[in-house]
Amino acid sequence: MSGPLEVAVVSAERSIWSGSAKSVVAKTPEGDVGIMRGHEPMLALLVEAPLRIELEDGSKILVAVHGGFFSVDSDKVNVIAESAELAQDIDIDRAKAALSRAQSLVESEDLSAIRRAEARIQVASA
Amino acid sequence: MGAQLRVYRRRIKSVQATKKITKAMELIASARIVRAQNQLNASLPYLTQLVDAVSAAASHASDVSKHPLTAKSVNSSRAAILVITADRGLAGAYSSNSIKEAEALTRNLTEKGMKAVPYVVGRKGVAFYRFRNRPMGGTYVGFSDQPTYAHAKEIGEDLLKAFMTPSEVGGVDEIHVVYTNFTNMAVQQTRVRRILPLEVVEEVVEKNAEGGSTLPFPLYEFEPGPEEVLDALLPRYIDQMVYLSLLNSAASEHAARRRAMKSATDNAEDLVHALTRAANAARQAEITQEISEIVGGADALTA
Repeated sequence: MSGPLEVAVVSAERSIWSGSAKSVVAKTPEGDVGIMRGHEPMLALLVEAPLRIELEDGSKILVAVHGGFFSVDSDKVNVIAESAELAQDIDIDRAKAALSRAQSLVESEDLSAIRRAEARIQVASA
Repeated sequence: MGAQLRVYRRRIKSVQATKKITKAMELIASARIVRAQNQLNASLPYLTQLVDAVSAAASHASDVSKHPLTAKSVNSSRAAILVITADRGLAGAYSSNSIKEAEALTRNLTEKGMKAVPYVVGRKGVAFYRFRNRPMGGTYVGFSDQPTYAHAKEIGEDLLKAFMTPSEVGGVDEIHVVYTNFTNMAVQQTRVRRILPLEVVEEVVEKNAEGGSTLPFPLYEFEPGPEEVLDALLPRYIDQMVYLSLLNSAASEHAARRRAMKSATDNAEDLVHALTRAANAARQAEITQEISEIVGGADALTA
């Protein structure tokens, strides 16, 4: 168990980010999961939330992921999401507009739209 | 200038103007093939990961064959056919090949006693079914040359909804896709693929060096559980299959258009060549006639 985690973030349309990292924190339907090297094999669903990747030099990358899952196996982490965006790819004004639109639909059943917009804003403003 | 010569010159100009257009379309299509190919390649890592995850979850879930998406209906009565055609013409036989294949599949299904419901992508296909007054389950137009994942998801959701509806109330029991597979620049083939119900292929358990058997997948811990993961992944898999078919078809459409426009450009060139020859002959004939008229006139004066 040596060496860093190999992380790859893939969306349906393209590969978003890949590289080595110290840890990954993801949010599953059952709560946050932190993954460091030596983690047991795991396959979990993701909810709309920022995914935090801590690099080896201590800096952090945030990715807004929507609708996907990740797998961990022998220190390789694959994050597969229908859509995933890095902070620089997010249009914060659009995300805010989407949030207020989603909130304005009072009692909207589509909570995921709100969560998605919130995740985007968190990532972009971090 | 003689009348004949003028007609030739006019035709040459018109053919040259057409040639400029077809040449431009050829170049645009060539550029777009490359882009479509890149898009296709960029989507492959997602598919591989998804297939691995689906297989892993399926091998851990209690009974995969009972899952609604894999269970085969006992007597299927309706099938959906997703036909992928182009929005615009000038792409050779691209759209008509797809439609022909879809028609063959429809006949096939009808023989088996099933009713086929077309879901059509692309204006050309929609026009075909509308002209024949045949009902369509869904129409999707405006993106056949540049599909995005959002489009595929929209189609995927519609198909899934139809599949989950009992066939007695307008649902379908099977879903087929007719698309054009992009093998390379020169080879594209129309293909039919059944996407639902899913075929569950049992993974062959490999023996390792010690003679014991190992699972093809690591013993994943599933969060929340293998069944839930499978439930969440299978619809994604359908979306991805649709997306892949759209991308393949888009690349093929551009390739078909490039080929059609290349031969149109070549034909225009040949035509200009032939017309120039004819125009030259007409001009020469005119000059010869003028000379003989002058000579004839001079002879008449001296005589």
